[in-house]
Amino acid sequence: MRDVAIVAFAQSNCQRDAGAQNEVELIMPVLTEVFKQTGIKSAQDVDFTCSGSCDYQQGAAFAFVAGVDALGAVPPIKESHVEMDAAWALYEAWLKIQMGHAESALLYGFGKSSPGELPIVLSQQLDPYYLAPLWVDTIAFAAMQARTMLDSGEITEADMAEVVARSRNNALANPHAQLKGDQTAADLLKEATYVSPLRLHDCCPISDGACAMIICTIEKAEEWGKPYAIIKGIDHRIETHHIGSRDLSRSVSTEIAGEAVGVKNGKVDVAELYAPFSHQEIILKKALGLGDDTVINPSGGVLAGNVMMASGLSRIGEVAMRIIRGEITRGVAHATSGPCLQQNLVTVLEAK
Amino acid sequence: MSSSAEILSQAFTLGYTYTRSTGPIVGQFLTSLRARKMVGIKASDGKVLMPPVEFDPVSAAALSEFVDVADCGVVKTWCWVKQPRKAHPSDKPFAWAMILLDGADTPMLHWIDAGDEAAMSTGMRVKVRWAEETKGLMSDINGFVPEAAALLGELKPAASDEQITGMEAPIYLTYNFTAGKATARYLQSMKKGKLVGQRCPNCRNVYIPPRGSCAACGVPTEEEVTLGNKATVESFTIVYIPIPGNPIKPPYVIANLVLDGANLSFLHLLSECKNEDVRIGMRVEALWKPEEEWGYAMENIQYFKPIDEPDVPVDQIGKLIDEGR
Ligand SMILES: [Zn+2]
Repeated sequence: MRDVAIVAFAQSNCQRDAGAQNEVELIMPVLTEVFKQTGIKSAQDVDFTCSGSCDYQQGAAFAFVAGVDALGAVPPIKESHVEMDAAWALYEAWLKIQMGHAESALLYGFGKSSPGELPIVLSQQLDPYYLAPLWVDTIAFAAMQARTMLDSGEITEADMAEVVARSRNNALANPHAQLKGDQTAADLLKEATYVSPLRLHDCCPISDGACAMIICTIEKAEEWGKPYAIIKGIDHRIETHHIGSRDLSRSVSTEIAGEAVGVKNGKVDVAELYAPFSHQEIILKKALGLGDDTVINPSGGVLAGNVMMASGLSRIGEVAMRIIRGEITRGVAHATSGPCLQQNLVTVLEAK
Repeated sequence: MSSSAEILSQAFTLGYTYTRSTGPIVGQFLTSLRARKMVGIKASDGKVLMPPVEFDPVSAAALSEFVDVADCGVVKTWCWVKQPRKAHPSDKPFAWAMILLDGADTPMLHWIDAGDEAAMSTGMRVKVRWAEETKGLMSDINGFVPEAAALLGELKPAASDEQITGMEAPIYLTYNFTAGKATARYLQSMKKGKLVGQRCPNCRNVYIPPRGSCAACGVPTEEEVTLGNKATVESFTIVYIPIPGNPIKPPYVIANLVLDGANLSFLHLLSECKNEDVRIGMRVEALWKPEEEWGYAMENIQYFKPIDEPDVPVDQIGKLIDEGR
């Protein structure tokens, strides 16, 4: 596999409600920012553009097409879309570069979940015969997953609260975070349950926002003369939709993807893990074999702000920017999709 | 539509009135359910999967051997919903649970009517509470209840014993749509009876309704341009099919209209003319509704009607001179 460089990344603030901003108005500022970082003018200056979003979130059919209005697609550009997190748009673009069909690509993800009832909207991504008609929501599945782990003694409620406390504390240094604070785990445990055994703080918030990234071949990055982080490996795996057949206390797909990209082949300075629920960070840390010498979610992670369809790409961008700023030399980023970490993408990033 | 400061929003319901074909495996499960019987399916390794799936999750082999399982079993994991959502199957607090039915090897999801969280525990035994009327849907199980609970209520025999091959699966989702900044400014002008578009700072094209960007250049648009009521027909169609909920009687004309000074068309109705006289290049003018009926909507213009001006040549449509350019 050839190395691919990440040269630019930008993300909006995570806001509970972006109000009077349509998709174009959400996307355009982050596009402008990555063009500036790269020193290019527009999407005309890259070979390929790919985005990730889901129209069900805002309830606007073909919102992803409307989003293209932000690109300046005249004359026509090569463009694609995934009805997934933009981390998978990155995967598509990475493949294009591997195939030699592009030397550079623009990726962006956006999500406006505030207009709808997100947990209920997401219930409709489930099996359409057995699950969707019951309107079982994502929070319920995560809560049942947490109880499996609590019942087995693998984790305690205090372990979960520790994850949240660290996330909120780390988020104090993240200007884009929606939820931040210096509560201790003990403070958090005093709160009542929400969907028991989960407390509200165990669940990621609902956020509106967008992010964008520019990737290219190493040769192109050198030509542009910009600092970059290198994608050494990227892999994604999915587990069965028959949720009763899954061992919810493990993330087998993350284990396989992590193995495939060689997470363990070197020290991992930082890992940004897409864990929408506190106990899932513990599952992911174990699945990737991360030790205590790895700083997990220094941004605060998605418990501090979760733009559905952008947060996965943002995890990768967070790690890349730390490498570009020279703070770390090797990191891991993870993205997820589906109930109880059904599908997982793992990326290993390194400095030049 | 409500307006607070600059934000315009509108509640709406999106309906997907799906009918799904079930295929033979799901169809058999639902047919059994309608007869108040539970069936699982034998996996490649001999385990009984519940509910049945078409293909083995591990070996990917096609599965076909149904196995009867009990309508009672053990709670493997659960969560407690204190405040049910509107879409949920219960309007009082309830549990979601993964329930391992006797005779099955994988737990299935359903809900439990336990009354109180304190009545719930992992490992508790529960049984199906069948719906009074069964239809071949997951809701034929009106939740599970603790095994010791007495079940009253009459169970009507299933209306049919035909094999189920399809199911109604309507989805209704409610949203509160918020107009973007550019759209909101445009709609606020509409409410005052003015057509206001936006000009691209780069290519100078004028867009109405504006979206906040020039789609050609990929730059934000901010400069506002007030346009007049006159427009040119860029294209049109005559609609003969009645559209449910549409008060307009077919046949009627819908046209792509470019306002003088604008460069991109929008759709509106054309009236006060014979349908067969409508042509590309025809000059038209907006007919506004009475001022007291104006809202935040394009419908403030009732329709466009022809005016007595020479047709615009096709290559000039959308390029009419505007003093500002
Ligand atoms: Zn332009």
